[in-house]
Amino acid sequence: MFKRNNKLSISGGSAGFQKILALSTLFILYIFFSIFGNNFFSVATLVNILDSSYYIGFLALGMTFVIITGGINLASGTIMMCSALLGGVAYNIWHWPIGMSLALIFFVSTFFGLMNGIMIAKLKLPPFIATLGTMSITMGLGAIISKVMTMRYPTVTDPDGWFKFLFYKTSGGFPVGAVWLALFLIIAYIILNKTIIGRYTFAIGSNEEAARLSGVKVDRWKMVVYTLDGFFGGLAAIMYAAAYTSIIPSTGNGIELYAISGVVIGGTSMSGGIGTVSGTLIGVFIMSVLKQGLMAMNLQGQWQTFFTGFVVIGAVLLDIYRNKKANQVKKD
Amino acid sequence: MDELLVCMEGIQKYFPGVHALNNCSFELLKGEVHALVGENGAGKSTLMKVLTGLYKKDGGTITYKGSNVEIHSPKEAQNLGIGIIHQELNMLPHLTVAENIFIGREHKAGPFLDSKKTNNEASRLLESLNLNIDPETKIQDLTVAKQQMVEIAKALSFKSEVLIMDEPTAALTESEIESLFKFIKQLKAQGVGIVYISHRLEELLKITDRITTMRDGQYVNTVKTADVTIPEIIQMMVGRAIYEEPKVQSMVPEDAPVSLEVKNLNSKQVKNVAFQLKKGEILGIAGLMGAGRTETARLIFGADPMTSGEIYIDGKKVNIKTPYDAVNHGIGYLSEDRKRFGLALGLSVKDNSSLSGLERFSKIFIVNDKKAEKETNAYVKKINVKTPSIYQLVKNLSGGNQQKVVLAKWLIKNCGILIFDEPTRGIDVGAKSEIYKLMNDLVREGKSIIMISSEMPELLRMSDRVAVMCEGRLTGILNINEATQEKIMTLATQRN
Repeated sequence: MFKRNNKLSISGGSAGFQKILALSTLFILYIFFSIFGNNFFSVATLVNILDSSYYIGFLALGMTFVIITGGINLASGTIMMCSALLGGVAYNIWHWPIGMSLALIFFVSTFFGLMNGIMIAKLKLPPFIATLGTMSITMGLGAIISKVMTMRYPTVTDPDGWFKFLFYKTSGGFPVGAVWLALFLIIAYIILNKTIIGRYTFAIGSNEEAARLSGVKVDRWKMVVYTLDGFFGGLAAIMYAAAYTSIIPSTGNGIELYAISGVVIGGTSMSGGIGTVSGTLIGVFIMSVLKQGLMAMNLQGQWQTFFTGFVVIGAVLLDIYRNKKANQVKKD
Repeated sequence: MDELLVCMEGIQKYFPGVHALNNCSFELLKGEVHALVGENGAGKSTLMKVLTGLYKKDGGTITYKGSNVEIHSPKEAQNLGIGIIHQELNMLPHLTVAENIFIGREHKAGPFLDSKKTNNEASRLLESLNLNIDPETKIQDLTVAKQQMVEIAKALSFKSEVLIMDEPTAALTESEIESLFKFIKQLKAQGVGIVYISHRLEELLKITDRITTMRDGQYVNTVKTADVTIPEIIQMMVGRAIYEEPKVQSMVPEDAPVSLEVKNLNSKQVKNVAFQLKKGEILGIAGLMGAGRTETARLIFGADPMTSGEIYIDGKKVNIKTPYDAVNHGIGYLSEDRKRFGLALGLSVKDNSSLSGLERFSKIFIVNDKKAEKETNAYVKKINVKTPSIYQLVKNLSGGNQQKVVLAKWLIKNCGILIFDEPTRGIDVGAKSEIYKLMNDLVREGKSIIMISSEMPELLRMSDRVAVMCEGRLTGILNINEATQEKIMTLATQRN
């Protein structure tokens, strides 16, 4: 076990270092708010921190793969909302059983993931543009199909209330969502580090043309990555529906920026080829701790947004600075 | 004529853990072309970076035109009159020649750019250098050689009296090199002192007056070019004699089985190419820059689409549309530009070496890293990749070792046909002979090699047969016992 860690720190490069830094930042912030915030140091707050991390956590896990290939998904938030809305339409208006509605959520989100993949890998659109288009399409489509009506998922008192117990909190208040997040963190870790998909994800991000000339079917694996990202969008949609119950049309854009921020804070390089899923989750938690902590200091959401910006800029600056230093030493 | 322009004495430079320059000296006279040679890592570029203010020296003195100077930045070097032409050109392709020359010090008329004045100044500059280039042409519309001359003109527009040229001929064709040399001679006559860094030793004999050799960060000696031969220069560079003898006779039997055959290969740059590659053979492909050699290799490898053509492997017709197909038919391609086309620089030796053979190490989708590590270790040892561990990032390896990592990738995938495109470009003399030895070992094991090369000695030393291309066509195939530099050049220039 020790030996393996040792290897990771070598091949993980700057992502490994930045992950440690992000982890320390997380702890320092937590301790800071525990001292200076009102009632911050409590189980209730810890649960709140977890609660507000679920859906962004899943989006960010999917986004990690995309960013490691050197791409981006601007439609991440709207794909989540669109699939949640469509699932809601199926449940509220078409009166589908909840199980089938959830399946529809996955179908919709994975479909749009695949669509991103086809546009980027086969039609060679730049990821920024392709997903910018998908962002608009999904935001519009959700509003069209829901006829701009808010969709509702079952609450705890409904017969289908198990849905909330299963994906959000048990009747005893246990944050079961955290278990799902942990489970999919492990799954994402395995995919990224132990499978061909993950290995090719890094190779494509590090040097796409060299990967192609090594006999890697770059197009195919890029589509797989974007489809996987879509699937994680479906998971996020379910967590969102379970936590917030109401899905409001024409929302969701802007959420992708939090997902991207989490990924970047966690040490994944925007230029591709470097990154970890655990770092991403740490990045997401940093944002949640900021949010809850600032609230405990009587500063509202806008302050979280404000400070998150500094954390993102700091993380990227650090990445650039470290890369520059590493390059200087080996020159000549 | 004998006025001393630059004199560097006792220069010291330390990097963390490395004594990069140890007591180095160099001098440059007015109107002299002075070559600086040495293996990669010998300290040539470091010494020049000290001279141009990119690195701070840790000891020693620099005298410029008789007075002691401290150069702290490239800007200061420029103000003194020391200019450098880098190997990679620093031009903005979408801007015009004039705009490029005056970038950063534009002529203005009030708040606006004065393009008339810019163009006039530029054409006066170009005329003074006898360059027939329209200042309003966009850089991207010029040939690489012309671009280079614009870059030189730009350097001279700073009133440079010292010009450092780092591998100026690397991207040029024979005729372009000729015109560059003519240009250099003219600059020389105008009294410019030129530091000429190059790996192409034949060129040094043609163009330089003196040669200073460096080895392992130390000054070796300075000699008059007229007094030395190429083997002597090599010996000074490496500290030992390893000049290559041409191969006299091919050891491949006449009736050896054909492992690769291409017929009627066509694309935009390749016209009707057909040849056979025998098992255990090294087929050299010679030709000038732009003859379609790399393009032919990329067609065979499926990297570019072909308009027509047939490929047979071991006598069976195969359909190669993508590199994936080629690799699965056992073809491996080692590009001349490893960093762009061969390696994921940010990944480890292990991840690079196992990339093509990854499916072999995997069940369903899960990668068996133990197996990948074992095989990588075995090949790293076999072909002697010098790396602290297989988890070292490839970007930290030297050129020769990077080349070996690409080779390891194809050997792990068990490719029987290897295409080496300029296998020793950018690799220093010592590592070169090691690559040659490896190639010989590989064919002895029954692999077949296509070797594209622009270096005559390399072609004559390694090939069993030499195929020569010109303007996309195959103009002839010579057996090694009949091949000479003259015959190859004749075929390489046989235009229609």
